[in-house]
Amino acid sequence: MDKDKRSTGYSLSVNDTSHEISKSWLGESLLYVLREKLGLYGSKNACEQGECGSCSVLMDGVLVCSCLVLAANATGRDIKTIESISDDDSLTDVQKAFVDAGAIQCGFCTPGLLITIHDFLETNPEPNVLEIREAISGNLCRCTGYGRIVEAVQIVSKQKSVGQGGSDDSS
Amino acid sequence: MTVVKETVGIRQSGIGVSAVRPDAQEKVKGDFIFSSDLSSEGMLWGQTLRSPHASAKILSIDISDALSISGVHAVLTADDVPGENIFGLERADQPVLADDFIRYAGEPVAIVAADHPEVARKAADAIRVEYEIFSPLIDSYAAITAEAIHPEGNVIRHLNILHGDTEVVGDVVVEGEYEVGMQDQAFMGTESGMAIPSPDGGIDLQISTQWLHSDQEQVATALNIPMEMVRVTLAGVGGAFGGREDVSMHVHLCMLALHTGKPVKMIYDRNESFLGHVHRHPARIWYRHHASSEGRLVKVEAKVILDGGAYASTTSAVLANACCFSIGPYSVPNASVEGWGVRTNNPPCGAMRGFGNVQTCFGVEAQMDKLAKELSLDPVEFRLANALKSGDTIITGQKITGTAPVREVLMSLANHPLPEPPSDNILERPGGTGRTTDGSHVKRGVGFAASIKNLMFSEGFDDFSEARCIVNDGFIAIQTACVEVGQGFVTLVHQIVQEILGIEKVDILPADTSIGSAGSTSASRQSWMSGGAVMKACEAVVDSLISDLSNEQGITFERIGTVLVAPDGSASIPVTDALQGRNYDETVVHRHAPTVPLDKNGQGDAHVSFAFAAHRAVVDVDEELGLVRVVEIATSQDVGRVLNPIQARGQIEGGITQGLGLAILEEIVLVDGKIQNANFTDYLLPTAMDTPTIEIAALIEEPEPNAPFGAKGIGEPPVISSTPAVVAAIRDATGLDLNRVPIRPEDIALG
Amino acid sequence: MEFHIASSTEEICSLLAEDPTREILAGGTDFMVEVNFRQKDPSAVIAIDRVPELKQWRHDGDAVSIGSCVTYREIERGPLSTIVPALAQSARTVGSPQIRNIATIGGNLGTASPAGDMIPVLLALDARVTIRSINGSRDVAIDDLITGVKETSLADNEFIEVIKVPILKGPQEFLKVGPRNAMVISIASLAMVTDPEQTTIAIALGSVTAAPSRAREAEEYIQGFLDWDAMTVSSSALPDFRRLVGEASSPINDHRSSAAYRTHAVGVLGQRALLRIFESRDDG
Repeated sequence: MDKDKRSTGYSLSVNDTSHEISKSWLGESLLYVLREKLGLYGSKNACEQGECGSCSVLMDGVLVCSCLVLAANATGRDIKTIESISDDDSLTDVQKAFVDAGAIQCGFCTPGLLITIHDFLETNPEPNVLEIREAISGNLCRCTGYGRIVEAVQIVSKQKSVGQGGSDDSS
Repeated sequence: MTVVKETVGIRQSGIGVSAVRPDAQEKVKGDFIFSSDLSSEGMLWGQTLRSPHASAKILSIDISDALSISGVHAVLTADDVPGENIFGLERADQPVLADDFIRYAGEPVAIVAADHPEVARKAADAIRVEYEIFSPLIDSYAAITAEAIHPEGNVIRHLNILHGDTEVVGDVVVEGEYEVGMQDQAFMGTESGMAIPSPDGGIDLQISTQWLHSDQEQVATALNIPMEMVRVTLAGVGGAFGGREDVSMHVHLCMLALHTGKPVKMIYDRNESFLGHVHRHPARIWYRHHASSEGRLVKVEAKVILDGGAYASTTSAVLANACCFSIGPYSVPNASVEGWGVRTNNPPCGAMRGFGNVQTCFGVEAQMDKLAKELSLDPVEFRLANALKSGDTIITGQKITGTAPVREVLMSLANHPLPEPPSDNILERPGGTGRTTDGSHVKRGVGFAASIKNLMFSEGFDDFSEARCIVNDGFIAIQTACVEVGQGFVTLVHQIVQEILGIEKVDILPADTSIGSAGSTSASRQSWMSGGAVMKACEAVVDSLISDLSNEQGITFERIGTVLVAPDGSASIPVTDALQGRNYDETVVHRHAPTVPLDKNGQGDAHVSFAFAAHRAVVDVDEELGLVRVVEIATSQDVGRVLNPIQARGQIEGGITQGLGLAILEEIVLVDGKIQNANFTDYLLPTAMDTPTIEIAALIEEPEPNAPFGAKGIGEPPVISSTPAVVAAIRDATGLDLNRVPIRPEDIALG
Repeated sequence: MEFHIASSTEEICSLLAEDPTREILAGGTDFMVEVNFRQKDPSAVIAIDRVPELKQWRHDGDAVSIGSCVTYREIERGPLSTIVPALAQSARTVGSPQIRNIATIGGNLGTASPAGDMIPVLLALDARVTIRSINGSRDVAIDDLITGVKETSLADNEFIEVIKVPILKGPQEFLKVGPRNAMVISIASLAMVTDPEQTTIAIALGSVTAAPSRAREAEEYIQGFLDWDAMTVSSSALPDFRRLVGEASSPINDHRSSAAYRTHAVGVLGQRALLRIFESRDDG
């Protein structure tokens, strides 16, 4: 056993729960730790180089690729994964829009996209199509061609604007 | 008929509505278990050592250093394969682990199991293999006559199609040579699975795949254990597109698990995934088209070479498709087509969505445009004048007995309004956020293409699917081995049960080998085959129910919709009510009408059914820089019947995007047989900023006789004529020939 | 394993002085790719992305001093986007939103890839990089920092602390060619910055040279044809200008593109950038 590479341990706060991580390899990514050590399999590994977005999580409220975060350096930061965005059987408006708009096929890219879109709509609740496409340009999908995904975002955006008493224009 | 743009899933019932996916909730919550998410107590991690050389002889393998690493439980090579060290989809010609010769860069040589993936990788690195390196055979044309790189020879298949009068000559003759690069399926969920040894000496294999029973057979042969002791269960699949039809890690996992006595999990990272599955066959195609001066096709001559890479996979069937449909969706009285599927030391090629039709469609659609130009005819009018229709004979001598609404497909598409002219937004021009292009640099082009795809398997293959419908006190369970890869088969199961039994709640049992084969999720076949099997299983339940009611009440009900009605109308009862308190268990096997092999002249009724599609692309091109922005792709498709509008839309948009990828973005780059871009940095998939608006002009619903619900498979047509449509549009904008895909910026800028 | 989270620049200095083999981790978007693909097997790491001074920027006379751990996102979106527009344009083209949120300007320089998108802009602007170690600070030009393909002049015990970027009062452009519209490694890029008051024009190329390069001959040549008051350029100069920009490149053939295309593309970008800043005039 290469003793040098094994960690003495650190703590991670994931979805408001504290975890003690031990027996790590220094090079372990946050993605690896989330999945294989904490059993949070919702974040996916499709490229491990930040080119697909399927591992997207929020770190201190910032959208990042967890495959590019050294797990040890995520200590002291507030990590939120797909498992945390809705409770029990409930769905957020974005999740529901995905379901209704047919934006899911194999579903592998879905968690990463949901994290990205939740984050995006926080700061840009009424985006145009170009803005939506740029916001999700870091999330690869091989099944859908993105059409229904863009539509799902538009559904949520319209709901939000109607909900706030805005006019029911199509964007 | 056109499809209404349905976006909100109001829960209606049965066939033809946009029913919501039953696994949607799990998938949006992140709870859906993909094969990479599997876990088992005491699990070890597997890793594969692959050859870095494309052609070599293994002189020695030293595993001692690897074995001495703490945490390593097994290091296995070819000698450790318990049964036959051979497997293959169409023919067994590929070793499970290379024992003497290496035939492609990436070929598996050894496998490791360890208690941590990092340890497993380090152990694989510590295996010392001595190679004698050879110069690889990389040219597909040269391969035909080159020294054999495999005991079965370099020509995997050679076929001829001779139809009508092959000597006739047309008034107008147009020749062309075309090339299609190697595309990759690039499914998001990389290869992964877990094997768990069982006390009876058998093995439980949980894996992402496309065909459970084909895997089972190959694994059993390699492990030398009876098939029933290899239990294959489908784990969640992150996309497939043909890349999971062949065995990849299946035998390796089982070997490691049986050897160590522990569960073993393996995940290929993206780099390894590129090495670990077959790719789309690169193609070189020559055409010579003959037409009369009135604009009717007289004869088509073609030569097709597909580079099958090191092992056969499905090269034989891909070649047959490429050749049979090399003419396109057009009626031609005379044809002479010759094709070779060859072996080289390039990476093995096999199934990818479109399966041979893609390659020749690119060439033939270019030819049709060239011919139209020679004849001074509008490209769409020219195609219409030659379009196949029901009752026509294709070049294999087979008469189209089903529907063939090629004209309707073309006309509905041609009549679809074009998009708005370019906006004044630099981000919407070629180059996007790179801000390379001003309005004055943009030229717009429009291009059309049309395609034919054979549905299901061909050439006499006895294809079937088995399904089981279990009723337990009125509760329904459906069992099939049909693999859900994301296409929405699980939704269709619910819709079929709704349609026939009127019951909303359906329990879909895990897909595994405890039931008979459902065949492969490929060839646009599952709705017809497994959907058909489920339909028949439900109908069998109704038949049994009717029989029971007849015995009990003396009334022989008929099923009308989801209600059982007495012949004299005196009584009726919904099926769902009638099933309460009753139990049934019906298993049926569904087959399509038989086909026959092609004879030595490529003649024979080899195919089951045909589907047609057309695409129109609008592009904006920056000629100086060679940058392309695809503005819109519109399509019309012959679907028989729309089973689920939203899922149909999803399949079409996804397939078109893959076609766009082949046109301008995607290619596996090889140098001396070695992949240079086995990663997503340099194998460029379309992002959301690359995909255009996709318009469905029409889904033509002419019900296909003999197809369950009259529905044709829809998965492949979107991927076939979308590529040539994009290229035709770029030709329209630039005037360049562009005979190769994918088109790179320099092909336009320096062309 | 050794993992340190630095809380000050002094701490980074002493950690590196103690053991110069310790590796710097900022945003991690290059570092972790190497780790994940097993090109790097770290045994001692210093995370510097929580050091407050490194995450800030401030006005500094006629320049902005940008901490090395300022992210692409802040450069792309915040006030810096109007202060140094070409830098913001280059930041926007890199990677994805996820990458831009944590990737840093210091990382782009430290990785020193020939395709690093901020590098041509910083070079054209004559940015100065403050390099810090236990021995103090030194200021270098971009092309003294980056000496070749993924090579810097940093000593093992040094790290990039601040990048001081002059604020020019004039139009500036950054153009990048890639075969895809997002998440793409540049195959040719060009930065052009002008200062009408100083009547200076600077052009730097990306992805077409091993080390950062200015197209100095093209800059000198075109000066003779610019009217800085009217902000026009003589159209007759354009073909030679384009050729000179192309000649300033020494590109390679690789799996991404060919040398011939890169040379061609960079010339086109140069002409287009020029004509966005200067209006073309026909001189007889």
